[in-house]
Amino acid sequence: MAQSQGWVKRYFKAFCKGFFVAVPVAVTFLDQVACVARVEGASMQPSLNPGGSQSSDVVLLNHWKVRNFEVQRGDIVSLVSPKNPEQKIIKRVIALEGDIVKTMGHKNRYVKVPRGHIWVEGDHHGHSFDSNSFGPVSLGLLHAHATHILWPPERWQKLESVLPPERLPVQTEEECLHGSP
Amino acid sequence: MLRGVLGKTFRLVGYTIQYGCIAHCAFEYVGGVVMCSGPSMEPTIQNPDIVFAENLSRHFYSIQRGDIVIAKSPSDPKSNICKRVIGLEGDKILTNSPSGFFKGHSYVPTGHVWLEGDNLQNSTDSRYYGPVPYGLIRGRIFFKGIYQYAFAEGQPRVQPAVMQGYPRFGL
Repeated sequence: MAQSQGWVKRYFKAFCKGFFVAVPVAVTFLDQVACVARVEGASMQPSLNPGGSQSSDVVLLNHWKVRNFEVQRGDIVSLVSPKNPEQKIIKRVIALEGDIVKTMGHKNRYVKVPRGHIWVEGDHHGHSFDSNSFGPVSLGLLHAHATHILWPPERWQKLESVLPPERLPVQTEEECLHGSP
Repeated sequence: MLRGVLGKTFRLVGYTIQYGCIAHCAFEYVGGVVMCSGPSMEPTIQNPDIVFAENLSRHFYSIQRGDIVIAKSPSDPKSNICKRVIGLEGDKILTNSPSGFFKGHSYVPTGHVWLEGDNLQNSTDSRYYGPVPYGLIRGRIFFKGIYQYAFAEGQPRVQPAVMQGYPRFGL
């Protein structure tokens, strides 16, 4: 009897010790390095969820890449939704701070992206709730950079950073600085 | 000899990672000590002041009007700002421009809050950059400097009260 009690105690102690190591390490890893997430909705078709509602892709979100809030035009990023803080949205970066972007359905036809903000859009124009409805997004809401599609297996691929040519900024920050149109 | 050194090194690295992760979790989900500088929250928080922030109310979405929060600056994500929440989503805010010349109203959109410093003459806040998304809020300040509290008339809890002379919400 005493022996079995000792065994339980030892087991419990080991469990607690492992628990207090494993949980913080796992949480920190998921917060700072990478995590996976399921994409819902049609706003990024055809890059993500091409099959419509019956399939949903699982993507790898790289937190480490955006730790200094550095993104490029064309990157697919996930953000905390400015309209609903409980929700994350996944969009493509169209313009960075200082760019002048031609909008599609925003209240102003041309928008200059303010400092510390980015302009994000879904690939599926017209079916996406993006900067065209809520305006430029603060970089502080940036969550991660989506780099790979992990699931389903036949769609396993790297997500390329491409900017549709018709969505190029009208004028970029560098052009502004150099004074050429 | 070599094995001992290697073992020690590995143990040290392991402990560093472990405690680093615990610290990260604590600062991210529970709260921590923050040093506030800048004049925008005077007289509630004096220029270099040490305050205690908790992040639980952000995670449970229980930020209220009158709370003092720490948020990421909308124009520079690497710097933080410390302001008082004046309005929550859907509130109508009286916006007089910093010069005090124009008066107008604006509604706080969904998912946003309206932040203002207590030092209205010397604060860059929502009057300047508009409503701030809730997602930028890092934590709520609930306690400031022990030593000031012990010697001055400071209160143990920063009062989430209507500021005197500024009927700025509930319009």
